[in-house]
Amino acid sequence: MNSNTTPILELQNVSRQFGSQHVLRDITLAIHPGETLVIIGESGCGKSVTMKLLMALLKPTSGNVLWSGSPVNTLKEREISQRRLKYGYLFQGAALFDSLNVFENIAFGLRQNTDLKDQPIHDIVIQRLQDVGLPANVCNKKPAELSGGMKKRVGLARAMALDPQVMFFDEPTTGLDPIMSDVINELILRTARQRNVTNVVVTHDMRTVKRVADRVIMFYPLARIGSDDPQIVFRGTKKELFDCENPSVSQFVRGEAGARIEELNAA
Amino acid sequence: MSSTTPVLPGESIVHLIGRATTSLVELVGDIGLFALCMIPKLFRGVPSKRVFIPLCFQIGVRSVSVIMITGGFIGMVMAVQSYNQFRLLHMENRLGAMITLSLVTELGPVLAATMLSGRIGSAIAAELGTMKVTEQIEALRALGANPIQYLVVPRFLACLLMIPLLTAVADATGILTGWLFSTEILGINGFHYWHHVNKFITAWDFLSGLTKSIFFGAIIAIIACHRGFNSEGGAEGVGRAATEAFVYSFVTILVVDFFLGVFSNSLYYLIWPNPLVTG
Ligand SMILES: Nc1ncnc2c1ncn2[C@@H]1O[C@H](COP(=O)(O)OP(=O)(O)OP(=O)(O)O)[C@@H](O)[C@H]1O
Ligand SMILES: [Mg+2]
Repeated sequence: MNSNTTPILELQNVSRQFGSQHVLRDITLAIHPGETLVIIGESGCGKSVTMKLLMALLKPTSGNVLWSGSPVNTLKEREISQRRLKYGYLFQGAALFDSLNVFENIAFGLRQNTDLKDQPIHDIVIQRLQDVGLPANVCNKKPAELSGGMKKRVGLARAMALDPQVMFFDEPTTGLDPIMSDVINELILRTARQRNVTNVVVTHDMRTVKRVADRVIMFYPLARIGSDDPQIVFRGTKKELFDCENPSVSQFVRGEAGARIEELNAA
Repeated sequence: MSSTTPVLPGESIVHLIGRATTSLVELVGDIGLFALCMIPKLFRGVPSKRVFIPLCFQIGVRSVSVIMITGGFIGMVMAVQSYNQFRLLHMENRLGAMITLSLVTELGPVLAATMLSGRIGSAIAAELGTMKVTEQIEALRALGANPIQYLVVPRFLACLLMIPLLTAVADATGILTGWLFSTEILGINGFHYWHHVNKFITAWDFLSGLTKSIFFGAIIAIIACHRGFNSEGGAEGVGRAATEAFVYSFVTILVVDFFLGVFSNSLYYLIWPNPLVTG
């Protein structure tokens, strides 16, 4: 990555705690236009929180979040929501609106923020459904009538409806079958190439890492590290990730419990 | 509030009272701020029909039957309870005035609001609470909608419109059943019944009752939305939000009812300094 351009998203010494629980400590991170950054790390280490901080859905306890160089906390609420339209977010639990059917869920951003008539909205919705491999006849279903994997894909279609420049994917392939996972990986790659979209992907799926990552970072839960150790235990390319000698990284990548088994037995 | 202030070990009663007071003040302040946040959004255009009409249906039309049952029984209970007292004084002809006056100024608005804070307030809190814990409120923000504007404003306006109307329905049903019970069962003369109603009840009484119910509507909507937006911790948290919405709005309704009563009395005497002359 050329580091002389302004990062599109940046965290500067960001910490976040909930009540007395420290989740993120002193995270510094820059994401450049057009790159695909993959965030990995064990459950509960703060990956989703990091994405929400980047999207300004949560405020940091300390430190700064920057969008194209401007600190978010200096922007007006209106400007934040304006700029946020350029960002799409796939929530971990899909977060579809229960009261709206699939069509209205996907059309939501378009109806809220554009003056498009019904026909163009309809065309975009059908196109997005096709992109994520869903038939047009799911349009009239309510989210409660969908399977987990279908919800995820509707969530993805909704996040992409406004053609965002930055996409946040919180576990895009979790709950999908292997074929569909590959379709979604391909979709991430394709939008990144065709429209030069910047992607931030949180995943536990090493095939997704292999397919889409330009750069990978790995988080560690604060509870498992000393008070001076950096929370990001790995930064590098995917090749470096798979060659990494550090046992806490290599065990995670290969899915070996290692010392954890002994911890469990001891308990 | 007692639910949020468990006794810690080694804590005296003074600590407990102190902590309960602080959390009560915090809660009231937080709800106040929430309401203040909403006010500027009220003037950012009307909610879309697609959202507003179903809400009014949900809040208004769906509550008509429970409201009629509530109002109807209050009217009859009033008749049953006061008849003997009035008869001792040989004033049973004035029963109508008593029933109607209590209904339109006090019992109608308060009991309707109580009923509705259970029915509507809890439903709103549970719905918004579910949206909160399933990240739907964050999703709204991510898609460029302001959750206060999109969720709170239409519910607030629907309550403001529907709760006075429902109160009017409760009043009307109560007046009707009170009259029927008094004349058909207690054998009071219908002419005298209405004669006294006419003599004692003024438009002021009706209006002050309905004005109260507008306040109650606002209270129910704001507290329910606030509890929903602040719910945490899965299904259990949503259940708690629904209960709190009811309890908090019920208490607030009683407190506000008292102050509105004091206020409307002083206003009345300010406008008509000698009410005996007009009666
Ligand atoms: N709104 C919240 N209130 C309180 N605590 C929270 C909140 N959101 C997250 N946390 C805490 O922050 C920690 C990190 O949560 P996060 O959702 O970021 O984990 P994650 O890395 O995404 O895990 P997973 O891989 O399981 O999704 C968790 O321990 C969680 O308890
Ligand atoms: Mg997560």
